[in-house]
Order: sequence, then C-alpha cells, then structure tokens
Amino acid sequence: MSESVSAAPVAEVAATGLPAGPAAASAPRRRNDIFYYGLRNRKLLFGLGLELLLVLVAVIGPYLAKNPPMQITPFPLQHPGSRFWLGTDITGYDLYSQLTSGLRESYLVGALGAGCAALVGMALGFIAGWRGGLLDEVLQLITNIIVMIPSLVLLVVIGSYLSSKSILFEGVFIGLTTWPWVARAVRAQTFSLRSREYVDLARLSGKRAVSIILREIAPNMASYLFLVVILLFGSSMLLAASYDFLGLGPTNVASLGWTMNQANANAALNYHLWWWFIPPGAMLALMVFALLIANVGLDEIFNPKLRDQ
Amino acid sequence: MTTVKLDQVSKLYRAASRAGGLTPALRKVSFELPPGEVISLIGESGSGKTTIGKVLLRLTKPTSGTVTFDGTDITTYSGRGLREYYRHVQGVFQDPFSSYNPVYRADRVYDLVRESYFPKVGAREWAARVDQALDAVALNPGDVLGKYPHQLSGGQQQRLLIARALLLDVKVLVADEIISMLDASTRVDVLNLLVKLKRQGLAVLFITHDLSLGNYVSDQTILLRHGAIVEMGATEKVFGNPQHEYTKMLLSAVPELHRKWQHSPLGPVPVAAGAALPAAPDGAAAGAAAVTLTRASLLDELTHAEQVVKRDLRAVFGARRAAASGRSQVAVALEPPVLREFEPGHLVADPE
Amino acid sequence: MSVTVENLSVAYRSRRGDVTAVDSVSFSLADGEIMGLAGESGSGKSTLGNALVYLDPRMRAAGGKVCVDDRDLPIADNGAMRRRRMTEVSLVPQYAMSALTPTRKIGKIINDLLRSHRVADRAAVRLELRRRLELIGLGEDVLDKYAFELSGGMRQRVTIIMSTLLNPSLLIADEVTSALDVSTQRAVGEMLLEFRDRGYVKSVIAITHDLSILAQVADSIAIMYAGRLAERAATGPLVDSPLHPYTQALLASLPEVGVRHDQVTLTGIPGRPPSLANPPAGCRFRDRCPFAFDKCAQTPPFAEVRPGHLVACWKVSADHSVTARPVTEHRETADAVTGPVPSAEEQA
Repeated sequence: MSESVSAAPVAEVAATGLPAGPAAASAPRRRNDIFYYGLRNRKLLFGLGLELLLVLVAVIGPYLAKNPPMQITPFPLQHPGSRFWLGTDITGYDLYSQLTSGLRESYLVGALGAGCAALVGMALGFIAGWRGGLLDEVLQLITNIIVMIPSLVLLVVIGSYLSSKSILFEGVFIGLTTWPWVARAVRAQTFSLRSREYVDLARLSGKRAVSIILREIAPNMASYLFLVVILLFGSSMLLAASYDFLGLGPTNVASLGWTMNQANANAALNYHLWWWFIPPGAMLALMVFALLIANVGLDEIFNPKLRDQ
Repeated sequence: MTTVKLDQVSKLYRAASRAGGLTPALRKVSFELPPGEVISLIGESGSGKTTIGKVLLRLTKPTSGTVTFDGTDITTYSGRGLREYYRHVQGVFQDPFSSYNPVYRADRVYDLVRESYFPKVGAREWAARVDQALDAVALNPGDVLGKYPHQLSGGQQQRLLIARALLLDVKVLVADEIISMLDASTRVDVLNLLVKLKRQGLAVLFITHDLSLGNYVSDQTILLRHGAIVEMGATEKVFGNPQHEYTKMLLSAVPELHRKWQHSPLGPVPVAAGAALPAAPDGAAAGAAAVTLTRASLLDELTHAEQVVKRDLRAVFGARRAAASGRSQVAVALEPPVLREFEPGHLVADPE
Repeated sequence: MSVTVENLSVAYRSRRGDVTAVDSVSFSLADGEIMGLAGESGSGKSTLGNALVYLDPRMRAAGGKVCVDDRDLPIADNGAMRRRRMTEVSLVPQYAMSALTPTRKIGKIINDLLRSHRVADRAAVRLELRRRLELIGLGEDVLDKYAFELSGGMRQRVTIIMSTLLNPSLLIADEVTSALDVSTQRAVGEMLLEFRDRGYVKSVIAITHDLSILAQVADSIAIMYAGRLAERAATGPLVDSPLHPYTQALLASLPEVGVRHDQVTLTGIPGRPPSLANPPAGCRFRDRCPFAFDKCAQTPPFAEVRPGHLVACWKVSADHSVTARPVTEHRETADAVTGPVPSAEEQA
C-alpha cells in the first residue's frame, strides 16, 4: 500500500526553498511592538523621565543637605536663600533637607505599600479565580469585609496602642488595607483566562495548578499587573501623605505629609510662608502625576486599540 | 490491546435549558476505540461530541458511567497517575492559535512536555526527537522552530500540535474539529497525516460536524444527536446505507460539488391557525388547519425538518413525559434510544 | 448589467508599508444572479465584498469604479454610501449572528434600523417583515425575543432578513454559512435562493471558502487568489472543468461524502500564498503552480478563453485545450488535476 503522505514531505521541503513568505520576520512582532511603541510614546517617556528625575533627587538630595532634617537650627523662618535653599520653618528645621528626606520616605512607603498590596491581592486573586467554588466564595467574603473596614479609624485605633510608628508599619498597614481591589481585578482576569485552550494544553502536559497560574496565566496578565503596581505605588504615596498630614504617621521622621501638617498647624498660609507648604505639596503632586501619565502611556502601548496611529 | 472504552457515559449540566426541562449533554453513550482505527464522532452543535472529547481527556467529569483505558477507570487517576494517562492520551483542538500561549514561542509546548515527561533527556537527544516528530508530520524544523505562534500558518500550528502528541508515546488522539479552521489547501494534508498515523497504530477519535471529512478519514462512524447515539458502524455502511431519519436528513443536507440538493414533496405540514401561508407556486389552498402541500416551498421543507427535531427534543426532555412515566425527570432525560443491530457492524437507534 | 466592477483596488497602510488587498478586480453580475466569491484566507474576497458596502476607515479605494443598476456607487464616500446602504446595497457581515445587540429585543433592533435609514412607511415594511419571518418558519414572537434566545441558525436567518428588508439590488453575504450545522447551512442556502427567486434581492455576492455550498447556491463563481481574480465562470463549467491550476488543485483537495481515503487520495497545495505587502511580480500563483513556465513572470491578463469563462493564466490562454480536461465525478483520475506531478497512487 502506498504511503499516502509521501508527496507531502517532498512538497513541504520544496516549499522551504521559496522566497520568503509572511513568516520572514526574524524578531518576534510582539516584543518589537512593545519597544517600538514604547520608545515613541510621549506620555510614557515624559512620565518615566520625570519620575526618574524625582527619584534621583530623592537619592542624591539628602547628601547635599547641610543639616539633618530634624535638627533645629538657630535660624527660624528664613526665606529661601543661599544658606537655606528652601528656607526654614518656625522651629528652625532646614526645609530643603526635610523635602529631600520626605521624598525618600515617600518612595519607601510607596514601595512597601504597593509591594504588600500587590503580593496579598495577587495571591488571593489568583487562588480565588483559579479554584472558584467554595474557596472563591470565602475569599470574596474576606475581601468584602476588608473593604468595609474604614482604614482611617483602624489606623487611629491601632496607632493609639503603639508607642511609636515607623515607616515600615505605615507601609505594611497601607498594603494590608488596599489589596482588595487588586484581588478583585486579578480574580476576574484569572476566571476568564483559565478557560483558554492553552491552559487546557498545559493541563494535558501534566502541569499542576501553581505552575499553570504562574507560567501560563500570569504572563498574559503581565501588562495589567504592571499597571496595577504602578497605580498602587501612587496611591500608597498619597495615602501615606494624607495619614501624615493628619498626624497619624511616624513623627520622628520628616515626611512630605508631616511637613505639610506642621505648616498647616502653624498657619503658614496666613503668614504667607509659601516656601513651607508649597514645595512638599508640589513635589507630591509631581510624583503622582508623573506616575499616572506614565500609566496612561503604558496603557496605550499594551492596548493596541488605544494607539492613535 | 490498548483500548479506550466508554460505558453508559452521561453528563448533565446543572443549569436548566431554555426549554424549561433538563438538557443532558450526554445520554448513556457507549463505544470502544480500538488501536489503529479512526472513529468519527459526527454531530451538530449541542450533540455532545465535544463533551465526549473533554471527558476522554479528563477535562471534565461525567455525571455517571465509566471511561476505561486499558481496563482502568480513568477517574481514579490523579497527580502522577493522571500525568501518566496523558502520556498515552492527548488532544488537539479546533482553534490552533488559541492552543498556544501568545507570550511564548510556539515550540514551548514541546518544552512543557519535556519538563513533565522527559526531564532527564539531554538537549541534543531531545532536539533529535523533536526533529523526528516534526518529520513525521511533514514539517521542516527550520521553518517552525523558534517562531512565535502568529508567525506560523494555521496548518503549521495544527501539525506542530499533532507532533507534540507524537513526542509522548501517545496511543489515543482526540482530534476535536481540528480541520475546520484550516484553509482548504491544507485540510487534506492534515487528514492524510491522520491516516498515516492510524496506520502506525494510533487510535484517533475524530470529532467533527462535517460529514465529508468523517467519510474520508474514518473506519467507523458514530452519529450523535442530543447527547445520544442514533447510528453507528462501519463508515461505508453508515454512509452507504443510512437507516436513521436523522442520518438521512444530514446526508441530504450536505452540499456536494456535482449534485444539487434534492427536494422531495412533503407530507402534511401543520399550519398554525390564522397564519398566512406563503403563496405556493401552484396555488395550493391556504388557511386550513392542516394542509397537505404536494409541492411545498423549499423553506417549508427545511423548517419542517427543524420542527421535527425540536419536537423530539421537547417530547424527550419534557417534564410531562416524566410525570406520565412515573420516573424522575432526570432519569427520563438521561434515557437514550435503544440501539439495535441493523446488520453486522451497523447499529441504528429506535426513533425517539 | 445589474452590477459592474471595473479595475477595483483596495489598499491599506500597515507598519510594513502599503498592502493592496484587492488588486484591479473586474467582473459583472446580471440581474438576479448569485455569484460566489471563493478563495482562501488572505485572498482578499472579504475585503472586496465588504468594500462594496462599507469601506473600513483603515482602507482606501485605490482605483477603479463600481456601478449598481447603471448608477455609480461611490464606495469611497461614506456619506453618499449611507443613503445607498440597505436600499441599494446591503451586507450580511461575517459573524453577523454574533453581532446582534444582546441587550435589545430583535423587534427593537429592526425598528432602530428602519428609523436610522429614514424609511417612510414603516408600517408597510413591518407587515412585509412579518410575512418574511413566516416564510422561514419564524413566528411574530421572535420580534419579542433577545438574540441569545435564538439558535445560531435562527439568528443567521434573522440577520439575512434584516439586511434584505428594504429589497436591496445587491446583497453581499459574507460567510453566511460558515459557522452553521449542516442542516442549518442548507436552510440558509435555500433561503438565499428563495429570496432571490421572490425578488427580495436582485443580485447576490456570496463570499465563502466553501465551494460545495456555492455549487448548490451560486449561478456563477469567481475564484480569488492573493488579491486578484484567478478564474470566473458559470458554476457548472467551473466545477466540472476548471481551467486555472489553482481552481483545479482546490477542487481536487475537497473531500466529499462517498469518497474514502483508501479509494482516492486527495492532495493539498504545497506552500503558502504570497505576502501582499510585497507581492511577487507576475502571476502570484507561480511558486505553487505545477504548470509554471517562464512567461509566468509577467502578470497574465484576466481573459475570456471560452464564452463566459475567464481565466488569468498564461498556460490556459496559450493552449487551453490541453489543460482543460474535465474532472470526472468520482475523481478517479487524479492526474487530470495534478498534471505533470504523478499522483501518490502512481508513485507506489
């Protein structure tokens, strides 16, 4: 009996000698796409650039400070000048020093809060989305409870029991109270991705749940997860600043919120001490603004439909 | 002898159907899949053919009945046992592109296999095996390795997936509509490949809705309707001498290149009171409660076929029938029509 | 002639440059003719058909003209086309049955359509709508249903009714039978025929990759390959004695009921269609054609080699009596279509 497919391999080999067809692209189009659009997206470049600049200031700035941030100098209420670049406040703190140290603290707490929230939210979201059923119901219940608890009140209550609060505590607290929306979003995406055929194929290759979640599902949400982390970063910074402004944050370090708290308590606005309350607020606004602009740019890159080509 | 055997497999979904009764996806389906044979599972949408494929691949569990592989019930497998099962039973699905994870290169599907089943095989040895598998599906390794899925054609993607099954020592291949998304010029190549593999001893469950594909490639044919087998047997017998109403209806509806659709005169077509009849070409009487059209309009004939099908469905699954017979609605819904031997190697179900 | 298309080209911009999806295509349809436009993915058939009704904003008409009922059809002018849609030309798009708004009842969707097309006598149209629904076995109650309450076949038929409600002169049906079961396919095919017979549409262009459905429904067939027309003829001659090597190979690769692998071995076409971003010079099928010779480096003209039978092939126009051997009903002689390449059976 003749081999019915004998003609096919001959034909297929002959086909390889032909001029290049559509599959001639040497580099994968998808990666290329990201870089191509990434390097051309003005929003991303601007946002990222600005943010990097601010990080640079946060890293190098403190080394250029003449006085430690919490040291009381004998020159209160100085206008910004050659001696004190951003002047001093009513107590005599060097405001430039406080600003740069505050930047550093903000980034720290932002990273901590975002990291915590991302970890917890993603873990619970993946588990709930993958397993479904009773486990999902229970996790959703927990998520809803956390959402309902007013975090400000909780912070006040916990704070009153602690002798001192650190940046670490603040960061972890923010992380543990803001993970729900991450969990919800990750759960929804996991639900939709788990019925894809390549997930079935991974099952048919003997892969277990954890491996499938981490290596099949998560990479397909990578762009989304990236954006989630960026937004968490920004919101953690803002939240920390608001807690500090209300006096619920650490009081032994100078943070942006704390500086603004002091300025407010001492009626800096009334006394036109603009160099006290404007720099920290402006810095905070810039930090978050840069992140959000970069976020919008990233969204355009990852989602082809938003590109204005 | 390695055999997959389905015995009275039923699958009931919890959500009730639109008709108000329960719609089972599978009703006590039984058949065997011996090695070296291609069995076509033919059915329209809702027939349950994809469900059988999923049950066989352990992607879903049957509500009742057993599936045995080499004598062992496959629902007993878990963990390592399940992984061993997949060494022998694999599947290829309808949309080749969706079977690849778009963030990775296409040949990562082979890496997955290697990690799970051949962790100790050296790189060079593995590359040789991959080349061999690709050769068996008539693909040039230089053409397809190292590429992303969107850089490959549908035919190449599909054949890569078949080669993946060959890398394991697969004995049973579940091919679920693997042809339908391929271009006409590559369809036949994949079909011929299945034939070649079958001759080498592979058992193939070829799930399709396309009768001409099933006819070309398979030794045995099983026709499914509403989750139950209506006709099964050797392909020439089933297609050459169809007995069941449904089979005949399907065969008459298949478009052929050299033969136009036949139109036959219709028996009594019940007409709803007051409905305006489309003007029949020879001016048949209109408005009567039940009218016999000797030369029906073409569409009437076809909607008649559909109505017959729907009527069966309601009668079979309806709650009234359950109440009349005194059994539970589920029991009634799961009862398939009885299969009788029409001739050796050709079974036909009783009309429902 | 009801519909005339002259040297129509449609192109779009991509990152790799200009891609001409439809390259200088010409054909015409008589009143009441159903033409099948067949080809594989990437052939340009969908682009061509859709461009006649709605030119996607990413595309542009790069040349040629279209006439329907002796009037110019300004496909590039969306505003002017809006007045013609549904009344002169109409489209049943691909995946139409999944495109019905899920949150509105069918009756309301149709009302919206009528209102947006500024139909004057809506009552009369609605009466006609009911008559046509009955024709396909659907009662009036379907207007009160949502799309998801109907089966796939029913939805497809409802979309065809919607598209033909205002009796267009030209209907473009894009893969209307593709995702359907065999019995529903037949119902939809018969529906197209019946609608044409009753005059609800004048001419139809049925776009599909399925030649066997066209053999049932179409009066004539046009085969597209890589953006150009390869062959055009009445259904009978094209299916019984195809001239273009691509058509021959395509027909030879079709499985049919009654044909088993151990009786006849079918073969596919090796290779892939050329990239349209950078198409090769001359005949585009050249690289995969068993009959290719040096003249094929020039683009063959789409010429009439027999009355009503047009082919774009040098071999055929040079000496068509040699290659135009009829394909017998049971395809016992595979050599009729594969020419110099010996069939697998002869090789054994």
